[in-house]
Amino acid sequence: MSVRVGLAGTAPGFPEAAKTLLSNTQLRHNLRHATNVIRKKRERVVAEMPDWQDLRNTAHEIKNHVLRHLDTYLEQFEMACVRAGGHVHWARDADEANRIIVGLIQERGHKEVIKVKTMTSDEIQLNTALQSAGITPYETDLADLIVQLGGDQPSHIVVPALHRNRMEIRKLFLEKMGLESLGDRPEDLTEAARQYLRERFLRVKTGISGANFAIAETGSICVVESEGNARMCTTLPEMLITLVGIEKIIPKFRDLEVFLQLLPRSATGERMNPYNSIWTGVTPGSGPQAFHVVLLDNGRTKILTDRESRATLDCIRCGACLNACPVYRQTGGHAYGSIYSGPIGAILTPQLQSMEHSQTLPYASSLCGACYEVCPVKIDIPEILLRLRNRIVSNGDAPLSERIAMKSAAVALSGPRLLRIAHAAARLGQIPFKKGGAIRSLPGMLAGWTEVRDLSAIPKQSFRDWWKERERAKAK
Amino acid sequence: MRISLFVTCYNDLLFPETGKAVVAILERLGHEVDFPIAQTCCGQMHYNTGYQSDALTLMRRFVSVFREAEVVCVPSSSCVAMMRDHYLKLAAQASTPGLEADVKTLLPRIYEFSELLTDKLGVEDIGAFFPHEVVLHVSCHALRSLRLGDKPARLLRKVRGLTLVEPADGEDCCGFGGTFSVKNADVSAAILAAKIQGLLATGAEVCTAVDNSCLMHIGGALQRQRTAMRTLHLAEILATSQ
Ligand code: SF4
Repeated sequence: MSVRVGLAGTAPGFPEAAKTLLSNTQLRHNLRHATNVIRKKRERVVAEMPDWQDLRNTAHEIKNHVLRHLDTYLEQFEMACVRAGGHVHWARDADEANRIIVGLIQERGHKEVIKVKTMTSDEIQLNTALQSAGITPYETDLADLIVQLGGDQPSHIVVPALHRNRMEIRKLFLEKMGLESLGDRPEDLTEAARQYLRERFLRVKTGISGANFAIAETGSICVVESEGNARMCTTLPEMLITLVGIEKIIPKFRDLEVFLQLLPRSATGERMNPYNSIWTGVTPGSGPQAFHVVLLDNGRTKILTDRESRATLDCIRCGACLNACPVYRQTGGHAYGSIYSGPIGAILTPQLQSMEHSQTLPYASSLCGACYEVCPVKIDIPEILLRLRNRIVSNGDAPLSERIAMKSAAVALSGPRLLRIAHAAARLGQIPFKKGGAIRSLPGMLAGWTEVRDLSAIPKQSFRDWWKERERAKAK
Repeated sequence: MRISLFVTCYNDLLFPETGKAVVAILERLGHEVDFPIAQTCCGQMHYNTGYQSDALTLMRRFVSVFREAEVVCVPSSSCVAMMRDHYLKLAAQASTPGLEADVKTLLPRIYEFSELLTDKLGVEDIGAFFPHEVVLHVSCHALRSLRLGDKPARLLRKVRGLTLVEPADGEDCCGFGGTFSVKNADVSAAILAAKIQGLLATGAEVCTAVDNSCLMHIGGALQRQRTAMRTLHLAEILATSQ
């Protein structure tokens, strides 16, 4: 089995990727604007819920319970789905999932698919697999369409084209949709997309969707969205294939009550999503007459085995932690080298795929805790980041310079005698870098710090020396 | 009351004035202050960077030094957050007999400086005089871990002559994050730039906080940009008098 998360394996480390992105002022402007708007909206609609914390706790408990009994619920889901006329396929990894999906489409001789709302398909790079099998995928979620037309990577898990502004989108549409002219008002852009998509909705015979929730009790799938394109994709085609990460299971239909309150408020700051689609198997004479669910593992069962970071799988992909994160708000999603970005990406990606490729991610956080505070299912992201950092260090994968610095600090702090020697050494060590009362430039690991900040020079007398002097004076 | 001061390792070396201010205030309020000289560090930097076994050693030292203390005062919310959020778990993982029990009984006796004044000692007005416009930076640990709420602001409002102003986006992180500011120096600097903008827009003369770590970070940029705003720990403002 080989686990892949989009293109993550080939991405540069977070600090390097971030450095490049930080110099893009347009991107940073778009980011700040977009995240601020969603953040404010979220705050407003969360504040009107007196039982918000209870809902969070309940969601946390439900998810916890599911993960402890995932095997049971998955089988229950399969049985219920099959009973309702659906087919269920189990995929261990990305390649297997792609093979299953491509096979189903080829069996019918279809050459095109319409897709909607599935990050998981980006995780397994389904579009690449489809294209190499001669099948053309059309993204129908507006933001996904923008990303696809631009040959781009998503930069946000809810608003994948967050890094693009209206002007850029207009240019892209003009170019890629072969239009003669196009206005730049939101109405103009959505109208162009509508024309482009409608024609495909009516023509294409296979739809591919993701799932927000898969309900074990009934075998139903639930997808929430704002545009109605998912409704089109899941009702118009002859065949519907739904790709579901195995952690998306919830036990009962009535559990939706909790999640459908939490998700839209956290994701887009709406009280309810404009479109909530729930379907169960096949309904004769209405909607797709062939329905397949592909249940994807791709590293998830491995995460499940670690009790302390298992909660990573609770995520309902609302994106609230991204909008709240001071790091994400500066760099955007591309710095994370994975389709999963922001705080959740920083814990999910390195667990899904081998740590070597992504061990800079758990350090891409100031541990400010804003993510934990907004997370609707109460994932203690900082705690999991710390766990992953510790794993990197224990595996001996931390940089040598850091290991030496940390060891030296540990020795210096091992007792008051060595500490005083270290204090004296620090005072001596700063001399070559001191200018007036400040340190303006430092070498090596600390060079980044002094690029934009001074460091105050170390005072002549430490607190402990002052204290001792005072005690001596008192004793006299 | 006999109050044991855990000054924290970086205040000890870099910000001794904060420690002196805490001593002055507590003594002014009639308490006896003790500084156990064997103390070093709470282990936060090691813990947060992934060096848990080193953090455990430092925690052991902290616990053995302060085990008998009546009350421990810590002028740093992030160090108190380290203790409250991680000590019990760290102790449970270590197989040292009695350590977990010691941590459990010690934790309720540990107070962050502003918490100690408002919650334990029940004072807000300590007769300080500081005729300046001051902006309060709310540090992340004070806000989300310790949930200090308006405790620092309440203390500042009682200072004679002081005008307290509010920054925009006051609850946003300053981008320090300990070794984060070294390992991700560029991102940290970008976060800091946004923070500084909000602080400077208030026009305040002084930026204060309950953590010198954030203030060192913020102050470093203020100084580099040659702004008129300076940074001062809350304790140093409260220690002033007419
Ligand atoms: S970790 Fe929490 S806040 Fe972040 S996307 Fe997942 S559910 Fe939303």
